[in-house]
Amino acid sequence: MSPPLTGAKFTGGRHGIRKSRWLPIYVTVYLGFLYLPILLLPIFSFNNAASTTFPLAGFTTKWYAALWGNGAMLDAARNSLFVGLCVAILSTGHAICAARAITRYRFRGQRAATGLIMAPLFLPEIIVAVSLLMIVLQIGIELSLATVILGQTVFCLPYAMSVLISGFEGFDRSLEEASMDLGETALGTFRRVTLPVVAPAIVSSLLVSFTISLDEFILAFFLSGTEPTLPVYIWGQLRFAAKLPSVLALGSLMLVLSILLITIAEFLRRRSQRRIQGRLANG
Amino acid sequence: MAEMPMIEIKAVSRFYGIYKALDSVTLDIAAGEFFSLLGPSGCGKTTLLRSIAGFDTPTSGDIRIDGQSAIGVPPNRRPTNMVFQNYAIFPHLNVAENVAYGLKRLKLDAQDERRRVGDALDQVRLSTLGKRGAHELSGGQRQRVALARALVMRPKVLLLDEPLSALDKKLREEMQVELRSLQKAVGITFVLVTHDQYEALAMSDRIAVMFGGRIAQVATPKEIYQRPLTRAVADFLGGMNFMKARITGETATDLSVETQRFGAVTLTKPPGFTCGTSEATIGIRPERLRVLWDDDTAPHAIEGHVVDRHYFGEITHLIVNVPGLDAPLSVSETNNFGADDIPVGAPIRLAYDPDALVALAD
Repeated sequence: MSPPLTGAKFTGGRHGIRKSRWLPIYVTVYLGFLYLPILLLPIFSFNNAASTTFPLAGFTTKWYAALWGNGAMLDAARNSLFVGLCVAILSTGHAICAARAITRYRFRGQRAATGLIMAPLFLPEIIVAVSLLMIVLQIGIELSLATVILGQTVFCLPYAMSVLISGFEGFDRSLEEASMDLGETALGTFRRVTLPVVAPAIVSSLLVSFTISLDEFILAFFLSGTEPTLPVYIWGQLRFAAKLPSVLALGSLMLVLSILLITIAEFLRRRSQRRIQGRLANG
Repeated sequence: MAEMPMIEIKAVSRFYGIYKALDSVTLDIAAGEFFSLLGPSGCGKTTLLRSIAGFDTPTSGDIRIDGQSAIGVPPNRRPTNMVFQNYAIFPHLNVAENVAYGLKRLKLDAQDERRRVGDALDQVRLSTLGKRGAHELSGGQRQRVALARALVMRPKVLLLDEPLSALDKKLREEMQVELRSLQKAVGITFVLVTHDQYEALAMSDRIAVMFGGRIAQVATPKEIYQRPLTRAVADFLGGMNFMKARITGETATDLSVETQRFGAVTLTKPPGFTCGTSEATIGIRPERLRVLWDDDTAPHAIEGHVVDRHYFGEITHLIVNVPGLDAPLSVSETNNFGADDIPVGAPIRLAYDPDALVALAD
């Protein structure tokens, strides 16, 4: 016999959230605090004045045009692109191995290993940067883009790991067994089944690592030699008040690029999760 | 000389630490046979199937497939293919690509490959769904894809790991019939793992019932149901009324017993029966007890009272208390004549055939 269905009615108030006049105000202030400063960036980048003060002085694209003719800036952008690509590939490559080991096998010291790989996420970045700088100087390696790449790879690894672990977790081992059963070798199975199924997660990890590297300042500042990355270049430009609008224009472009890449990454991550879990839902 | 078996399992054991998943299992499976491994979860049936497929390696013993020892041979080089419990359909490929997956390694010419994929899809009645994505399939369709994907490889043995457990009852029963006729059509050896006794009874040529890593009995469905050797086998394969009987005589093959209400009978002695005490366990299935109505008579009958009644649609289970028996008898009667209307407390007479009684080893 099923229990009687009475008494389950909500009488309001006690269980529901009472509407408050203050809640919308709180949310508005909250979101404003988060996003207004960022919104100022593109606004002033189109402002026809060297100073970043209201009232606005009229619309212009000259700051963007000025960027294009700025050789030092373009060099820095190229450096950032190169570093970003290397960091994305290196950290994703290592994270694939680690994430697969963690999601697929049970081994001694698994939790400790996971913790140690994820730890840089919570370490103060400046401390990591200083220690890396000390080591690099101690060994006697010259500071260059290569040292920036090494440092940022360490820094990006946990981010790549969390994306990939979430992508690998639902992966069904019997897919690989089915492939072996149908005559495929271990290597062929990885190429024809494992890789395609987890590909969206891998692309998503590449994009996340690239975006983080693109915006990363502290490690790049400490570990780059004579070749600055974009954030380091921007930092240098801030000394000159006249250059500020140009920096704002550059910042706006980086902002748009970052948002774009993260959106694509998130889209792919969700798709890979759907792909992996869709089977269970349908089954 | 007898034909060589397709699969020979010789004293295969598999230990996980001190846990014996398989304990010296010896078994022959004939070519073209539909063979079922039946048992509760944890009995070792899946470990045995995975050992035949090559996903698990026995700690000791030998597995020979078509005369060749399979020990040390990886799954991709065995003449077996498997239908996985969750079907393991490749999610990034469509139906036809899933079926063609294994053929790609054979490097057939395109026309040959298309024909074989087409034939396999025809066999499982999916020929119109070749372009369908893996996400867009129902449970039954996924199962057919898994079947076609394995059969297209023309294996000598098809291994099926609980292939019907994810389907609802109606579809499961349809697929039982279909699997059976598919096996007849392709003529290859099927080895099925299941915990569902009706599934095993309905489809198999022979069944091995397993408990605790050991094989308890290997026989045809009819024999294993009607002539179970042990109490555990009898119990696992459906309802059974167990009772104690006093042993009055014993030969090499037979056992004479005196029962409380079923009289003196001579039963076939199960192998492995040890006559430690003067008592034996005997049993009779609930449907072998028949309700006697009004003036019906039967050469062998017992009397009692109905103490409980359970309605199951086509049949009714009556629990009948018979004076002198330790436990009430369970009787399964079709509802043709009103068994579902017999009131609790009513006196009742039950007919039985002494041949329906079996002696059971513990």
